[in-house]
Amino acid sequence: MITSLSRIIKFGWQNFWRNKWLAAATIIIMVMSLLVFESLILFSVVTKTAIDILKEKIDISVYFKPATPEQEILNIKKIIENFEEVEIVEYISKERALAVFKEKHQDDPTIKQAIEELEENPLSALINIKAKDPQQYSVIADKLDNNEWRPLIQKVTYRQNQVVIDRLGKIIDLGNKAGLIITIVLALVAIVVTFNTVGLAIYSNRDEIGIMRLVGAPNAFITGPYMVEGIIYGIIGAVVSMLIIWGVVAWGAPYLRFFLSELDLTAYFQKNFWALFGYQLLFGILLGVISSNFAIRKYLSI
Amino acid sequence: MIHFVNVSKIYNTNGSNTAALDSVDFKIDAKEFVVLVGKSGAGKSTFVKMLIGEERPTRGRIIFGNIEVNRLPPRELPALRREIGVIFQDFRLLPKKTAYENVAFAMEVEGRPQKEIDEVVPQVLDMVGLADRAQNFPHELSGGEKQRVAIARAMINHPAVIVADEPTGNLDPFNTWEIVKLLLKINELGTTIVLATHSKEIVNTLGKRVITLDNGRLVKDEAKGRYILA
Repeated sequence: MITSLSRIIKFGWQNFWRNKWLAAATIIIMVMSLLVFESLILFSVVTKTAIDILKEKIDISVYFKPATPEQEILNIKKIIENFEEVEIVEYISKERALAVFKEKHQDDPTIKQAIEELEENPLSALINIKAKDPQQYSVIADKLDNNEWRPLIQKVTYRQNQVVIDRLGKIIDLGNKAGLIITIVLALVAIVVTFNTVGLAIYSNRDEIGIMRLVGAPNAFITGPYMVEGIIYGIIGAVVSMLIIWGVVAWGAPYLRFFLSELDLTAYFQKNFWALFGYQLLFGILLGVISSNFAIRKYLSI
Repeated sequence: MIHFVNVSKIYNTNGSNTAALDSVDFKIDAKEFVVLVGKSGAGKSTFVKMLIGEERPTRGRIIFGNIEVNRLPPRELPALRREIGVIFQDFRLLPKKTAYENVAFAMEVEGRPQKEIDEVVPQVLDMVGLADRAQNFPHELSGGEKQRVAIARAMINHPAVIVADEPTGNLDPFNTWEIVKLLLKINELGTTIVLATHSKEIVNTLGKRVITLDNGRLVKDEAKGRYILA
């Protein structure tokens, strides 16, 4: 068993090494497939970050009339927190609103002076609401409009920004769907191309397969070396594509930060290097072995 | 050892039936040297293909030892083929393996230990006169040398029978006789040889048992036969 296995590995390595040009051509295709696969992972990280940033920027604020007691507002906050569409609710008291306002305008002497001259805090208490899904802001806004404590509310910002929020929600939704479709289509293209290339490489060996059968080689001895070759293609493809991606990330990440300052692709890549490499390796080996297996089954039924 | 019992093989091409073998019945005993004679298309290659289970007969039975080859399931064919050494006109060597590796391959698929392979392969290559060409690839060898590698591969596992299908068809007269002498030597060592050929000179010189096929039919079977076809 061990002898057979070591012979199968030896034959696989010999096939690979003695067919260098064919192997190189197959590996180039494999690298391209794996680059597509890896790019899709990184693309999903970029779009997810971009979408998260967009989501982060959307919220609705509920301003209460100045006379509303704080306890009343906190009770309403609790009710809103129980809405199933709501992710986070943040209460900002009149005092905090003023402090934030002052801090924001500390470099503007006119405003600073105007505030100091007022004896009373002119700002309203408010609560900020973030929805779980940007598409649900309209539902939340409707719920806010239709309840008994509506008279305590001075204004809800959603109604002012409704068009922008709805449009952003749709863009985010479209981004998610388009990402998924692109991933599926490109992954399929990569798989089909690799299948064909490995298939052609094995097709060129069909006479040898016939000879091995005539000599009385059991199927494992015939298929095994091609599986080993598929694994070698997968490993080399994974290493090469990882090196290329590394270079591209190192080069492209600063440009990407220009557009999405929150996104540090280099850090993501370094942090997840082994996981990404593992995916590449697994995908590459699976692709190599499955395509070899499919191709060789055609020539075994002599 | 080998018994073809009323064997027919009919191919259906473009709607018309062609009999490659037609009710052929003969026996070959152990350690015999049998020459199978016939023109191209007489059914010699069909005989070889059916003996190693590459084709199944349309009618009849093929017995090898105590195995009924025509009933063997595909998974048991490799074991049968390791019992029968086959030599072809076009050599059928693995092009990306050296002469040594081609011969060793037959032992490797048998699961023989490496130590034995290292010992036996050089001996057999020496016997066929290729000790100094062991590390050459098939494309670096002449036709005669390639055929000798094929013979070494066929005999390495000590098969009960070696079937040679037109082994000298692609060779010059000198190499032809070298190959025939080699087959005779292997036969003297106790292996049954079935030599399919259409060479009148070989048949008449050998003076061995001759089975003559013509258009798929067995027309003559003589203990010390001669070439009788026109």
